[in-house]
Order: sequence, then C-alpha cells, then structure tokens
Amino acid sequence: MPTTVPAYGKEAAGRLASMADVTASDGALRRFLHGLPGVDAVGLQARAATLGTRSIKTTAKAYAIDLAISMIDLTTLEGADTPGKVRALCAKGVHPDPTDRTAPKVAAICVYPDMVGVAKEALGDSGIHVASVATAFPAGRAALPVKLADTRDAVAAGADEIDMVIDRGAFLSGRYLEVFEEIKAVKEACARPDGSAAHLKVIFETGELQTYDNVRRVSWLSMLAGADFIKTSTGKVAVNATPPVTLLMLEAVRDFRATTGVQVGVKPAGGIRTTKDAIKYLVMVNETLGEEWLTADWFRFGASSLLNDLLMQRQKLSTGRYSGPDYVTVD
Amino acid sequence: MSDRLSVLKTYKLYVGGKFPRSESGRVYEVTDAKGRWLANAPLASRKDARDAVVAARKAFGGWSGATAYNRGQILYRVAEMLEGRREQFVAEVADAEGHSKAKAAAQVDAAIDRWVWYAGWSDKVAQIAGSSNPVAGPYFNLSAPEPTGVVAVVAPQDSSFLGLVSVLAPVIVTGNTAVVVAAERAPLPALSLAEVLATSDLPGGVVNLLSGRTTELAAPLAAHQDVNALDLTGADAESAKELETAAADNLKRVLRPPVARHRPSDEALRAAPSDAVDWTADPGTDRLLAFLETKTVWHPMGV
Repeated sequence: MPTTVPAYGKEAAGRLASMADVTASDGALRRFLHGLPGVDAVGLQARAATLGTRSIKTTAKAYAIDLAISMIDLTTLEGADTPGKVRALCAKGVHPDPTDRTAPKVAAICVYPDMVGVAKEALGDSGIHVASVATAFPAGRAALPVKLADTRDAVAAGADEIDMVIDRGAFLSGRYLEVFEEIKAVKEACARPDGSAAHLKVIFETGELQTYDNVRRVSWLSMLAGADFIKTSTGKVAVNATPPVTLLMLEAVRDFRATTGVQVGVKPAGGIRTTKDAIKYLVMVNETLGEEWLTADWFRFGASSLLNDLLMQRQKLSTGRYSGPDYVTVD
Repeated sequence: MSDRLSVLKTYKLYVGGKFPRSESGRVYEVTDAKGRWLANAPLASRKDARDAVVAARKAFGGWSGATAYNRGQILYRVAEMLEGRREQFVAEVADAEGHSKAKAAAQVDAAIDRWVWYAGWSDKVAQIAGSSNPVAGPYFNLSAPEPTGVVAVVAPQDSSFLGLVSVLAPVIVTGNTAVVVAAERAPLPALSLAEVLATSDLPGGVVNLLSGRTTELAAPLAAHQDVNALDLTGADAESAKELETAAADNLKRVLRPPVARHRPSDEALRAAPSDAVDWTADPGTDRLLAFLETKTVWHPMGV
C-alpha cells in the first residue's frame, strides 16, 4: 500500500496523476466506473444494521458525544437566513453549551456564499472553519461559469471549505467525464491567490442517485477528480444520509486510499438528529476506516438539530438528570 | 373439553400513542389479590420514562392548543369507549383488588362517571379559575388559567382503576399532557385503559402509561428537567419527600400525597397514604386547579 497523503496536500495531485489513464477519456472513465464491483445491497444493509446495534455507554458515550460535537458542520441553509441568525449560530458554534464551557466547539459553520463574510467576522480567531455551499446549491442547475463564479466569490469572502453539488442530471445520463471535469474546475476555483486552497466537499445527493452502484461510482469519480471530502446529501430532498449509503462511501474511501494512498474525508448530512444516530455513524467509521478518520479533519456531520440533542445528552451525563429543550437554544 | 389454545394478552406500555414493550425488555409477574398469576406486565425502565416525557412534550402544543370544547368531546368519547368495555374492566378490577363482581362493577361505574364529570369541566374551568380583576387604571385586567405542561403522575397504589381515572382525568382535561406510573401491584386496568385512550381520538402522547417499580420510575421523572409538575398521590410518605426534593430543582409544581385522615396511626397507611382516600367521594376541583398557571393580561379600555 502506498504511503498516505491527505487529499488537500500537494502530493495528492501526483498520486491522482497515476490514475490519469482511467480519466483520459469519457470511454475510459465509463469503463473504469462500470468495472467497479457491484454492490451487494442486502449485505450492505445488513452490515450497516449490525453496526447500529453496538451499545456505547458511560465514559465511551461521553467521549463519543464530545467527538460528535467537534465534528459538526453547524448548518443553516434557509432562504430566510439573516446576518443576525448567522451570527447567533456562530456564537453557538463557539460555545455550544453556555452553561458548560467544557463543551467542545463545532468543526465548522455551513452557510450560503453571501453569508460567508458575516460568519467569518463573527467567528474571528475561534478556529472554527466557515464552510460555504456553492455551485448553485442545492439543485446544481446552472451553467459552469456561474458555478465557478459562485465558488470564487465564496472563497474570496473567506470560506475555508466549499460544499459543491454535482450535476446529477449529467451523472445519471452517463456523462461522467463532464461531471469529472466540473469537479476539477471547481477544485481549481477553490485556490486562493496565496497558493493555499479552500477544501472541497463534493455533495452527491445520494437520494437522487437511485442505486448503490451509482453511489460507489460517483464516490470514485469525485475522489479521482480531487475531492477532499465526499458528502451524502444537501438535506433538501426527501432521502438524506442513511447508514447503508454512508457505509458504502466509507468503504469507497478506504479502497481509494488502498489504491492511491490519498486520504479523503466523509460527511453524512441531513436527517441525523439524535445522539444515538450520531454514535452509530461513529461506530461505522471506526469499524470501516479506523481511528485515523475519527477526527473533525476526516469526518463531519452536516446537521443543525443534532447539536441540541447531543448537548441534552451531555447534560444528562454530567448532572444525572434528564434535560429538556428548555435548556438548549432554539435555532 | 375444548382443544382451543388460549390466546393470552401481551400487556404493553403506552407511549406516544403506540404500544411498545419496555426498552429494557423486562417484564414482571402481576398477580391477583390472592397471589395467583394473572399476566406479565412490562417492567419499564428510566429510558421508557424519558421516552414518555419526550412524547408528552411533543403532544403538549397540539393538546393545549385544542379548543376546550374539542378536548371535552374527546374525553366524552373516552367515557363512551369505557362503557363499551365495561365487562373487561370489571373483571380486571375484581382480579386486581380482590373485590366481588358487584363491588368491582360499582368501582368501574364510578370511574366512568368520574371521567364524564371531569370531561364536562373542560370549558368551565376558566370560569372558576379565571377572573376579571379590578385595577386602578383604564384597563381590563383578566386572569385566565392555562395548562402547566407535562405532568408526571404517580397513580394510587390501591385503587387501580377508579383511583387512576380520578388522578388522570383532571390533569389532561385542562390541556396538560401526562406521564402516568400505574399502580405497581395492579397495572393491568391502567394498561387496558391505554387501549381505550388509543381508540378515542385522543392524540398520541397526551397520556403515556408506564408499568413497573414506582420507585424506579418516579425518581427520573421527578428529576427530569422537562417535566413541569409532579403528582405524588401514589408515592409512599418516605419517597415522596425525596421526590419533592428532586422536583424542586426546576421548580416543578408538586401535589403531595394525601394526608391519611381516618387512621393515621396505622403502619400500612403510612406506607401508602393514598389508601386512606375514599375515591368514591366527590373529588371537588382541587385536582383540576393544581396543574394550572394563571395568565393575566392588561388590555387598554380605549376610552
């Protein structure tokens, strides 16, 4: 196995170049993606369900709760977002539980591009990243120059991370190279003038991809195109992150590292609302990828209401009394 | 002799309008007054209590926001359903409390009448507990009672059905939602009442019924930060004190166990004060008014 390099590092491009033959043409890419082994749907679901039955209690639970809080991309993606709401969310991200300063801060605040400046200012030097959705989120239905301008705007406003959506229409109609080139172009648009770059998360919207095979293909496709993170969903459609889909993506990330030595992160998003769910995902990461991925650099939760449940569980563990929604913020 | 296999009923909890088994998977044996096995009842855990509070909180907005007329109609409907299942409840109460059929029937009738009586209060309690207050200024000053929220109820231990109805109906008729810990030794009438509630248009989560060890369930409910009031009617004198202390943490309203009136020296009564209560007596409005908050509004007269 080649030595591991992070997807956002300089060496990653060289590693990906070693796979250039499979992305040389539409035909080659199609042959490669369709040559990936098919997904055993029943086995996948059974495995995901089994991993969901672990019982995590007491100190392990306390650790898992704090870890999950530190992995949250605290998200507000509403048409009604105001600078005030974004500032309030940022304040919550820095001190999730105002009554208990030992609660860890979240990983990032995820907003629309026009709110990046506000979030950046509100977070200051807290160390929390600002993630911005881009490329005509959530539908991704816009011309490429518009998507790239969207991305550059967000990066210029100070975004540390860009969450792009893929063109599902192109992917489902089999125009794989088009999707590949688009991700590459957005990745280039993430570069800053000083040579650094915003990290790129690629959203698949797995609820619209129909089959597990498609999820495996799009995972490989995006990682080959240079994604730093792969993310399940926008949170805007009926079906969001599910344990089987996330497990499949974790396996793709594992296999990709085994092949190329490039480490990519995973972010399930949407529909994860309870501590129990979050811990199931952490078990899945630990069992599939191992401890290396159990940090906010390599695994994230895209969520808004999850944080409140984690905080209530945290309060229960520290006081012994069940907490209630009166003791966390209304977002 | 019939060769039909007996179909035994699996008693379950009632949480959020559904009938789950205990999260812990535990059950305990319920016996009749003579110690003969009747059925297995779920032995609820503190996590079931937590789930019940979540369900009750979720139901509170809709139930307290429903019109008093609508709540009354639903509670009348419950009484109608109870009437239809009268025979079943008579049998269960007779088994649980060791009464004759006639005495059990009297208890069940009294319970149904009690339910109807409380149902009638839904759109009348505001006239009793509300007021128009004279103030020194050009304002209408009006006080109106509002439900306090989620109420945890420790049901009476001795009167498994009439006592239960007498503590549950006044809590929910004013718009509160309830988490009820059924009588420990005789939970079956309560668990059957859940089946009536589930088929009476009562929204899921308004009433949640748990069976199990009273001490095990009451403690987490008393300490729970999302419970607004605590009815200790079925708690013994000793644990009632501890529960009230735990309840003080977030200033819950607490209704203390009734004081034994008839034979205060009796050991057994000290252990379960609610045994001293004559549940067939006219209950008055005390229990209705115990779980209300008063909202007062000042409205300019516009003169």
